[in-house]
Amino acid sequence: MSEIPSDLLYRESHEWVRYDEDGTATVGISDHAQAQLGDMVFVELPEPGMSYEQGDACAVVESVKAASDVYAPLTGEVIENNSALEDSPELVNSDPYGDGWLFRMQLSNPSELDGLLNPEAYAEQAES
Amino acid sequence: MRRTPLYDAHLAAGARMVDFVGWALPINYGSQIDEHHQVRTDAGMFDVSHMTVVDIRGPQARAFLSKLLANDVARLKSRGKALYSCMLNERGGVIDDLITYCMAEDWFRMVVNAATRDKDLAWLERQAAEFSIAVTEHHELAMIAVQGPQARGKAHALLPAAVVDELRAIKPFTAVEYGTMFIARTGYTGEDGYEIMLPGDEAQKVWNALLGEGVKPCGLGARDTLRLEAGMNLYGQDMDDDVTPLESGLAWTVAMKDERSFIGRAALERQLAEGLRSKLVGLVLEGRGVLRPHQKVLTAAGEGTTTSGSFSPTLQRAIAFARVPVGAHEKCAVDVRGKELPARIVQPPFVRNGEVCEGIL
Repeated sequence: MSEIPSDLLYRESHEWVRYDEDGTATVGISDHAQAQLGDMVFVELPEPGMSYEQGDACAVVESVKAASDVYAPLTGEVIENNSALEDSPELVNSDPYGDGWLFRMQLSNPSELDGLLNPEAYAEQAES
Repeated sequence: MRRTPLYDAHLAAGARMVDFVGWALPINYGSQIDEHHQVRTDAGMFDVSHMTVVDIRGPQARAFLSKLLANDVARLKSRGKALYSCMLNERGGVIDDLITYCMAEDWFRMVVNAATRDKDLAWLERQAAEFSIAVTEHHELAMIAVQGPQARGKAHALLPAAVVDELRAIKPFTAVEYGTMFIARTGYTGEDGYEIMLPGDEAQKVWNALLGEGVKPCGLGARDTLRLEAGMNLYGQDMDDDVTPLESGLAWTVAMKDERSFIGRAALERQLAEGLRSKLVGLVLEGRGVLRPHQKVLTAAGEGTTTSGSFSPTLQRAIAFARVPVGAHEKCAVDVRGKELPARIVQPPFVRNGEVCEGIL
């Protein structure tokens, strides 16, 4: 069974969101997703300043097994990406909710958070 | 899915299991990259019990294999000597690649692929009809491959001194029998080691003993990156029924210097007379990205296709095999998800004895 922290929200495409009360959010991929993909070798991250609509493909995580698109879970502008992943893509595997974070966004429409999956709903969908 | 005798051992070791041609096998036990490095630097072991072990017994065993195989069993002059060969159809296409061991004049053992088991056995039965031999599959045997610079030493720790002395003395591609075990100094990783065939009900005990010696379990993911670095073909990807060994980087396994008649020889001679049009080469991607099978390769001599590809943990970049026009040299580009990425054409192997080969990087 994969780890699904209770303080995060999720998208059915396996992204997680940590909402920081100041209107920004941190995004990554779930433990379930990293285990399915296997050892990461390259991560392509969105540049700060880029804007995305909810559901836009905005990053790519490439493992030995396959390349997988990461989708913007919310609408907004990227303000930071995790440059540590350039040299250490394996952080996505070893610490998907911590040091393996992908990027941070300034949200245009925080009400979109209501449409994301809570941990229980994600667990049900991911493990089915 | 079929289970090998080591199924429970894999689960106990935390394996992520997958369906491999109908067999439940571990793809990794956590990190396939860690497992890859373990084999290159120390010792790892693979459950390869799904492979097909077939014994050829009878007075015409050698004559049968002399006709059946593209490589020449006449080279196997002493007990335990083995060779790697392709088995061809009448068009010169590869039915399978395999290792065959000469254990006695009337007993040869063949190890063929799991994916081609039914096709291979049907072909063997058909070809055996005119020879005085028996073809017997040994599905009761399990197989553990222990590979890496420390692999043989760690395996020796489990065995009595007398057989260890014998094992220390054998060259690669040689097998020794000890009790119910058949220990071959062969492998699919480019490292030294053994492939041990043994009764299925003894496999768990040997596996646990090897774990006790510090040999780490390794899965199919690492097996693929290791063999690719080592320049070893994978049947079904790098060659199949419709291509010859000459187009698959396997001309070195075809013995045609003498007049020996073998199935597919005439087709190969025709192909040589007409001139080969394609060849199998190695590719090293210049920058970031991962090469995979079935990607288009663009060369100055025309288009080709990757047949195998992955990320090489030892080189820290992507490598592949590709079938390209014979005139392709030096540089090419590979279509990776819509982008043409530059790559270099090289002669495999990429890695030997844990070191990157000259001319690869």
